[in-house]
Amino acid sequence: MTTQTQTGPDPKTELSSRGGGPRADRSFQVLTLAAGLLVLAVLALILITTTREAWPAFREMGLRFITQNRWDPPSEIFGGLAFIYGTAIVSLIALIFAVPVSIGIALFLTELAPRRLRAPAVTVIDLLAAVPSVVFGLWGVLVVAPKLVPIYQWIHDVLGGIPVIGAIFGQPVGSGRNFMTAGLILAIMITPIITSIAREVFDTVPRADKDAALALGATRWEMITGAVFPHSFGGLVGAVILGLGRAMGETIAIALIIGSSTQITANVFASGNAMPAVIVSQIGESTGTFTAALIGLGVVLFIMTVIINTAAQAIVRRAEIRMRGTAS
Amino acid sequence: MTTPDPRVDTVQDRPSVSIGAPSSGWGAVGVDTPQAAGAPVMDLRDVSVFYGNYEAVRGTSMPIRQNQITAMIGPSGCGKSTILRSLNRMNDLVPGARVAGKVTYHGQDLYAKDVDPIQVRRRIGMVFQKPNPFPKSIFDNVAYGLKINGIKGNVHDQVEEALTGAALWDEVKDKLKQSGLSLSGGQQQRLCIARTIAVRPDVILMDEPCSALDPIATGKIEDLMHELAKSYTIVIVTHNMQQAARVSHFTAFFTAEVDEKQVRHGRLVEFSETGKLFTNPTDKRTEDYITGRFG
Repeated sequence: MTTQTQTGPDPKTELSSRGGGPRADRSFQVLTLAAGLLVLAVLALILITTTREAWPAFREMGLRFITQNRWDPPSEIFGGLAFIYGTAIVSLIALIFAVPVSIGIALFLTELAPRRLRAPAVTVIDLLAAVPSVVFGLWGVLVVAPKLVPIYQWIHDVLGGIPVIGAIFGQPVGSGRNFMTAGLILAIMITPIITSIAREVFDTVPRADKDAALALGATRWEMITGAVFPHSFGGLVGAVILGLGRAMGETIAIALIIGSSTQITANVFASGNAMPAVIVSQIGESTGTFTAALIGLGVVLFIMTVIINTAAQAIVRRAEIRMRGTAS
Repeated sequence: MTTPDPRVDTVQDRPSVSIGAPSSGWGAVGVDTPQAAGAPVMDLRDVSVFYGNYEAVRGTSMPIRQNQITAMIGPSGCGKSTILRSLNRMNDLVPGARVAGKVTYHGQDLYAKDVDPIQVRRRIGMVFQKPNPFPKSIFDNVAYGLKINGIKGNVHDQVEEALTGAALWDEVKDKLKQSGLSLSGGQQQRLCIARTIAVRPDVILMDEPCSALDPIATGKIEDLMHELAKSYTIVIVTHNMQQAARVSHFTAFFTAEVDEKQVRHGRLVEFSETGKLFTNPTDKRTEDYITGRFG
């Protein structure tokens, strides 16, 4: 109402922007976009530089780098199939043990445990994630592996005669350093991350969905399978994939436990090797094409995790469309 | 305890969803025990609900009559939903919740030690305020209750029967495999009703079932309630007085009162036939509420 402000349009009807609002929005947008692109750029750079470093080995071996089972550095033959197999089998064993246990713990904590037990239990599980992997490795080699040998022997004695199953539970290696021990230790290592994500996923299930199931006369378990799991499917797949990523990439614990032998066998009680373990144990004494081959194993591992992540996303999308009618 | 009603233990004997059975309002409506129509299925005697030490609702006594629609109305915080949830022991799920007084179902004490809340909820179903279909297909939403309750027979026929009973069949029969969440709000709520009646409950509790719906969808649900009342006993909580007047046979008016210690409690003020409660209430507080002077 003062005369000085008469120069601009009437403030009551003015709609054009005043001050820095839109500009702040715009710069925020640019900033977040840049952050997103940065991640992509880092990933791309990792892939490009490692592939370049590994190129001599890739060029030398071609597709045999991942299809041949012969790793002979003195003869410059680098067929890494045994290590790919080792990584796959150890990760699979880890998932078989860790996923049900983790989901069980998460369900207990979200649906069953008394409120005052939750916080301490969560702390204990998270502490498990704080244990350095080299400690897990040493524990696995010095304590767990020798103690498991008689159990492996017993399982072999009982199941060894059955076709197929007998091949899986073959004669155990005397040290106990084998796929199974590595998988079990890995399972312990990835349980905290799967548990903690599964717990958060279960916490997001709407009360209304659980009430709906219970109001139909569902028991707690029926409520969990009917209301909690369908709602949590996507998140659980994510949790498992994160655990799997950790398992596939785990290096030092596996290097200590897996037994370091280059072989492909169905026998889970036999020793083997895995890609990260091979890299860490051999890179110190390598030169030339050998180094390139070890870096090449890293590239293969990286591509494998990318493929698994992409596949998991596709699975989740399909499931979401089926359950909700749209992808969310 | 009185002699248990034989029907309580033989749910399979209940009449099937008999849409189109002759209706005569208050009287017997195609029920297996005609003389029991309008007789109390449930009865509340001096029921109070506590959350911890807080008494949310005190001293409620009222009957729930067979094949009638009983409405519970009142302002927010008057305890009407709390009472509703005590009728199928959904309050058990709230930590610290406790029910004093006596809730009976066909003469049995609902809160007796040997009563299994899962069986209670099986016989006394519930429809919630916000439509809450499971993130599953339309078919699986309805079949879920059949599955968990081990109900035998042709699942597809029973699903169709329930969806027909909920006046939804014609709209969804060609897309049973689609997600329940792909339906509109009103359809979702009818899907929830279908899910509830699929397990053939005795009583259906509805907690503000139309509060998230538009007037057209609300009208459909209200028509449906009249149909359902031929086969089921219905208790509905609503904050919409017109809705209570339109659909219910009996109405309970609750209000919130502040006691001498300045603590708010819900309270049942008046319970009577809906027509009487809205035209000739006996309590001044009811009159004030229904004439819009309060609440």
